[in-house]
Amino acid sequence: MRAEAATPQTASSAAPGPGRHWRAALGRWETLLVGLLVVTAIAGQAISPEFLTADSFTTGSLDLSEIALMALPLAMVIIAAEIDLSVASVLALSSALMGYLWNHGQPVETIIPICIVVGALCGASNGLLVTRFGLPSLAVTIGTLALFRGLAFVVIGDESVTDFPTTWTDRAFGNFAGTFIPNSIVLFALLAVAFAVALHATRFGRSIYAIGANEEAAYFSGLRVKRIKLILFTLSGAVAALAGVVISLRNSTAAANVGQGFELTVVTAVLLGGISIFGGRGTIAGVILALFLLGGIQKALLLSESISSYWVQIVTGALLVGSVLGPNVASRVADARRRRSHPLLEEGP
Amino acid sequence: MNDRAVPLLELRDASKSYGAVRALRHGNISLRPGEVRALVGENGAGKSTLVKVLGGVIRPDDGDILVDGQEKIFHSPVDARNVGVAVIYQEPTLFPDLSVAENVVMGRHPLGALRRIDRGAMQSEVERLLDRLGVGLSAERPVRGLSIADQQIVEIAKALSFDARILIMDEPTAALSGPEVERLFGVVRTLRDHGAAVLFISHRLDEVFAICDTVTVMRDGAVVHDAPIDELTPDEMVKRMVGRDLSALFPKQEAQIGPPVLAVERLTREGVFFDVSFEVRAGEIVALAGLVGAGRSEVARAIFGIDRSDAGHVEVSGQRIPVGRPLAAMRAGIAFVPEDRRLQGLVMDLSIARNATLTRMRALTRLGLIRAGAENRLAREWAERLNLRFHRLEDPVAFLSGGNQQKVVLAKWLATEPKLLILDEPTRGIDVGTKSEVHRLMSELAGSGVAVLMISSELPEVLGMADRVLVMHEGRVTQELNRDDANEERVIRAATGVQAA
Repeated sequence: MRAEAATPQTASSAAPGPGRHWRAALGRWETLLVGLLVVTAIAGQAISPEFLTADSFTTGSLDLSEIALMALPLAMVIIAAEIDLSVASVLALSSALMGYLWNHGQPVETIIPICIVVGALCGASNGLLVTRFGLPSLAVTIGTLALFRGLAFVVIGDESVTDFPTTWTDRAFGNFAGTFIPNSIVLFALLAVAFAVALHATRFGRSIYAIGANEEAAYFSGLRVKRIKLILFTLSGAVAALAGVVISLRNSTAAANVGQGFELTVVTAVLLGGISIFGGRGTIAGVILALFLLGGIQKALLLSESISSYWVQIVTGALLVGSVLGPNVASRVADARRRRSHPLLEEGP
Repeated sequence: MNDRAVPLLELRDASKSYGAVRALRHGNISLRPGEVRALVGENGAGKSTLVKVLGGVIRPDDGDILVDGQEKIFHSPVDARNVGVAVIYQEPTLFPDLSVAENVVMGRHPLGALRRIDRGAMQSEVERLLDRLGVGLSAERPVRGLSIADQQIVEIAKALSFDARILIMDEPTAALSGPEVERLFGVVRTLRDHGAAVLFISHRLDEVFAICDTVTVMRDGAVVHDAPIDELTPDEMVKRMVGRDLSALFPKQEAQIGPPVLAVERLTREGVFFDVSFEVRAGEIVALAGLVGAGRSEVARAIFGIDRSDAGHVEVSGQRIPVGRPLAAMRAGIAFVPEDRRLQGLVMDLSIARNATLTRMRALTRLGLIRAGAENRLAREWAERLNLRFHRLEDPVAFLSGGNQQKVVLAKWLATEPKLLILDEPTRGIDVGTKSEVHRLMSELAGSGVAVLMISSELPEVLGMADRVLVMHEGRVTQELNRDDANEERVIRAATGVQAA
């Protein structure tokens, strides 16, 4: 006979206590972001009295509106343990296409849906390469990052188109109904609500988390892993194209070189928002907080007269590394603590 | 072989436990120069633990290792290798793009002036080794493209280049064809004649009798028999491998056997399983028995659509289900509790509630939104029905013990109200208490008219629970036994390919 004793129960012995919820809330990434936001607000105000003003919010948020839009679908893509680095190039292709179609006499009302459809197709081609051929999305989207940007130059060359009708450019640049909130941020807010609901309260969203945390188990549970991933890449492309439309109208400039390097900022925003680079974890709320933080830091640096604007890039890069490192270190600490208090949780082979 | 020679390698009364599970007890084995010894036993009898101890991969909790009569402690596989122990695994681990010669001398290239690799010396050294093994393998060609059999020869040459005197071969013939086995045996005999000791692990008893001088039989983690091979007949060997009291209680209830739920018709997946046909009726528990690698799990995966099958088809209640689509299988009423709980059964980072309801999201959705209340109610209901021990439903499922994790997998699938439940190793690695709960549950389900297909490597479980046993051997169903006809010997004989005596 095999010598077996019933394993002691461990799950029910975890010590509950009144401090538990507090500690859980404190341990959340979102709480940390709120703290950092407060620090940024204080530091920003110290740098310049203009920092905490409506005007500063308007200009700061306007500058970040395309990044914010693209961060929403990218958050889902990364939760599903994939990545899309081609978003800034899709944005540029969309902008170039917009200029081209406008030069060829199309009305803006027609151009916008065409651009979004083309963006969706770009995203779908990323998705097909990843799901049908099993290629790593990192490699695929680095490739299409170059490819779509190249296509943008093929479409419109070096020229830029600046004569969009003012009714449209005003819409993109203006504020919402007399407030200090830019229209583009209202658009972002609407999409953010839609994405948050889709991610946190629907079957689609639940599937994304399951796929990102354990793709094999998701497949074994009857989830349509490939289809969901394809939809995510398509969404990412479509929203990037929408961001391309917004940036072209907002700046009254459509060109192939817009948004160079935006992919870095978008990925930073998403990871800073607590979305795990390994998939399966994170919330839209975290991403929104991270966008505020990123915008606040950038604005503070721009307002400062003594700090060079090159620091914006340095800070962005440091935040990117920090946001990958932070949760990693935190989870190691948590694991070590858990193991110390529950040595029996460790499984035999 | 010389009985009185000092053993090259000896293990005395070694034991090893993992938590409450004792993987090895009374680990006694000795390997003398010029001896080919067989190590046999069922799956899970403790053979691999013993091999790992000999290879320095794990340290025993107790007991001694003696090399040439001297006590030694193996801190790592390197220590074992340094005294001449080499383990050759079933799947060779070579660098495919390097040449045979480079693989053989990996890490110890002969060096020339300025520490440059002396290619000439390397080549001739490896050629000499291959000659000694009596195989015509070119030392220059890359390993990529070599058959598994040839790769094993390269592994053996590698071992010899370390001056290995004790070769441990873990199921080396599992992937070999007849002539390849013969050639491997030729190599083994050559080694034996040169005074090496060989430990040969195999499930194929005919091979054991063909090549081995002595045999060590293991059962339930302990060495139970050690004798010259000619003192045993194959039948007696099987008896010793099995010979345990079937005292464990299996709460098998009588169930009303109804119409067929699952019909598998000539299902084939090239190179994996062939021409598999069987039925499972409502209320019936059918076990798929056989050795690890016989193709049992693969058949289950194909039925559920995880893998595509190449020929044949699967019907559920008379409806043919499409190939390679888990969702379609699920909708047809199949539930599949997979073999690997942590990798395939659960999303460890997600909560108990989310895992338990992963298969029921559609039913929990209203107007596109998942109703959190209904989700928690469903999870709580199943947690109570299965007597799950947990702290909070929002805790990650990783916090639970193995047995409770398995209950979450069961909950997730039972929540779909399946007509057919496929269980792949449902009680592997879980404690005795939970084990009997799982058995009771299976019995209840069958009693309520669910068809159950169970894969298990534990014979008592197979014999205790199944109404019918299908035995698979090398990708084919080779025997079908009714509950009354099934016994351990018959199942083992069919599973190991020993013809009825």
